[in-house]
Amino acid sequence: MKSLGSIRRDFAPWTDPNAKPYIQFDKVTKKFGDFTAVNNLSLTIFEREFFALLGASGCGKSTLLRMLAGFEEPTAGRILLDGQDLRGIPPYRRPVNMMFQSYALFPHMTVEKNIAFGLKQEGMPAPDIEKRVAEMLRLVKLEQFAKRKPHQLSGGQRQRVALARSVAKRPKVLLLDEPLGALDKKLREETQFELMDLQQELGLTFVVVTHDQEEAMTMADRIAIMDKGEVMQVATPAEIYEAPTSRFVAHFVGNVNLFEGKVAERSANTTRITGATGAEIVVDNAANTATGAEIVFAIRPEKIKVSSKKPADAVNALQGEVYDVAYLGDMTVYHIRLDDGQMVRASALNASRVTEDPLTWNDRAWVSFRPDAGVILAR
Amino acid sequence: MTDIAAAVSPSAETTALPSRLAQGFISRLVIIIPYLWLLFFFLVPFIIVFKISLSQTAISMPPYTPVLDFADGISGFLAGFRELNFDNYTWLTQDALYFNAYVTSVIIAGISTVLTLIVGYPIAYGMARAPASVRPTLLMLVILPFWTSFLIRVYAWIGILKPEGLLNQVLLATGIISQPLIILNTYTAIFIGIVYSYLPFMVLPLYSSLEKMDYSLIEAAKDLGCPPTSAFWKITFPLSLPGVIAGCLLVFIPAVGEFVIPDLLGGSQTLMIGKTLWNEFFANRDWPVSSAVAVILLLLLIVPIMFFQRAQARAQEQDK
Repeated sequence: MKSLGSIRRDFAPWTDPNAKPYIQFDKVTKKFGDFTAVNNLSLTIFEREFFALLGASGCGKSTLLRMLAGFEEPTAGRILLDGQDLRGIPPYRRPVNMMFQSYALFPHMTVEKNIAFGLKQEGMPAPDIEKRVAEMLRLVKLEQFAKRKPHQLSGGQRQRVALARSVAKRPKVLLLDEPLGALDKKLREETQFELMDLQQELGLTFVVVTHDQEEAMTMADRIAIMDKGEVMQVATPAEIYEAPTSRFVAHFVGNVNLFEGKVAERSANTTRITGATGAEIVVDNAANTATGAEIVFAIRPEKIKVSSKKPADAVNALQGEVYDVAYLGDMTVYHIRLDDGQMVRASALNASRVTEDPLTWNDRAWVSFRPDAGVILAR
Repeated sequence: MTDIAAAVSPSAETTALPSRLAQGFISRLVIIIPYLWLLFFFLVPFIIVFKISLSQTAISMPPYTPVLDFADGISGFLAGFRELNFDNYTWLTQDALYFNAYVTSVIIAGISTVLTLIVGYPIAYGMARAPASVRPTLLMLVILPFWTSFLIRVYAWIGILKPEGLLNQVLLATGIISQPLIILNTYTAIFIGIVYSYLPFMVLPLYSSLEKMDYSLIEAAKDLGCPPTSAFWKITFPLSLPGVIAGCLLVFIPAVGEFVIPDLLGGSQTLMIGKTLWNEFFANRDWPVSSAVAVILLLLLIVPIMFFQRAQARAQEQDK
């Protein structure tokens, strides 16, 4: 069976029309003075989903999270949690907890007291609190740091305390604001997987805000790409990457080559595109592209093959010159200047230690790709 | 000297041993300056006052018998030690006036400090939470009264508080009271005067500790189920404690020895140690006894000062 990306996902309530949404943003708008942070946005998140809000800073993703936590009220629209309208409910009465970007650990309390804080507010009996705190400390592997104060911990340890504190109350939804932003790269990668395990183990719904696409791709079941207060696309990581619906999304996630052109001819299965500079491409049919329509063809670098001779079976093959080569170890990145002047980025996985067709600067080269290698986007 | 010049000049070989020694000397010099300052402007005057407190009044210039005087030569100086007497201190314990004055001063200073804290905390909190653009203006407004003479500001309070003063006029005109309030020459007037005069000393340290507090801590507390009032007592207040302590000591310590406010606003009945000291010194011209009063006052204040320093050291430890 053909599927986008390399992962098969068994958890996909968003494909089920009968699934009940858990969190619903219904035409939500948030304005700060003249500035519209979130613009008429609708979004549904399902129970037990690991949902990521991805976007550049200032795109409104944090505002969305803060509205869910109750720190901001929407200017217009509704936010529903498990069917309940959250309007007017203060943060301290919402069954939602947040892990702050700054961690916001209480500096005058020990790790233990930090974790117990929310439980005490709930009025949980002391022995139960003790048990829950111990359990949380075990979960984040900080048992021996229970009596320390936050300033006596490393960045990674603080992050774990913040996490333990925010899940201690077993909230319906855990909100994470750039949870790994302050960690170094190596620790970040480890922690990504730990967060996923934790989410599985506790069976919570996670909504994470991040500007790091790799983080979102790794952890999330679905990603919402945001720009200027609007959602550009909501889809699984594979769909976002392999089937972006707009030029913005294609550009925002990963690298992409864009060929501007016009639909020259549509046959039963394929569409022929002629570029502004004369190159001709044949691709699989895309919906809603009429003959003569101005379109953009988007193709990822790793789907383009670079060779010194024209591949015999290639449907699409364009000739050019090697402009730049970068050997990165696991792969090699080529920048090819096509004869019509367009620059193409192609990357080849170095699956074997030796190459039979080595290329160097200024070599003549062919770039080729399959008809299903890219997507047609509206201009 | 050339070595010092070499150390200061960036082009010199900084690795050369002599210049490093010079640098060590310079850094030690920097530390020595504040110590010298303390020595000449605090310790030496204190020793002089202490010396006077051990002598007796005499009709002379200055009005006390010489004690431990270098004019007597080394042997006379040493002999002076045997003649030291603490009569002035025993005198202080024998007359209830002094004990009462000390106790009253501490109580008045204590109550005033608490009142200043109650008034100053909301001001500091409001300033710290104000938009960053207006904070410098607010800070300026707090400091502004310092630009007018302290004495004149206290005199102004007489005009406000006296029976026919501004406050009573306004209250009578609006019909809130039918008889003028007697505030001037009471302890209430002293409290008002101290709270007003020392408010900036309370507000500034409070503001600095509240201003650097991360507001997301309050959000985190709310997020974890803590209503705003409870979040204040559990998070904001404990975290502002270094500021509270600093502010309280900055108000309490000078308020204990305060002279001008009780003298001008408190009338003749109020008994405070600053006024007692003034009377001993200027009315009775009894320098030795007034010096003894001052020494005891200093010892009385050293306890809160040391408490303050320990609290500060602890706060610094926490910031690390």
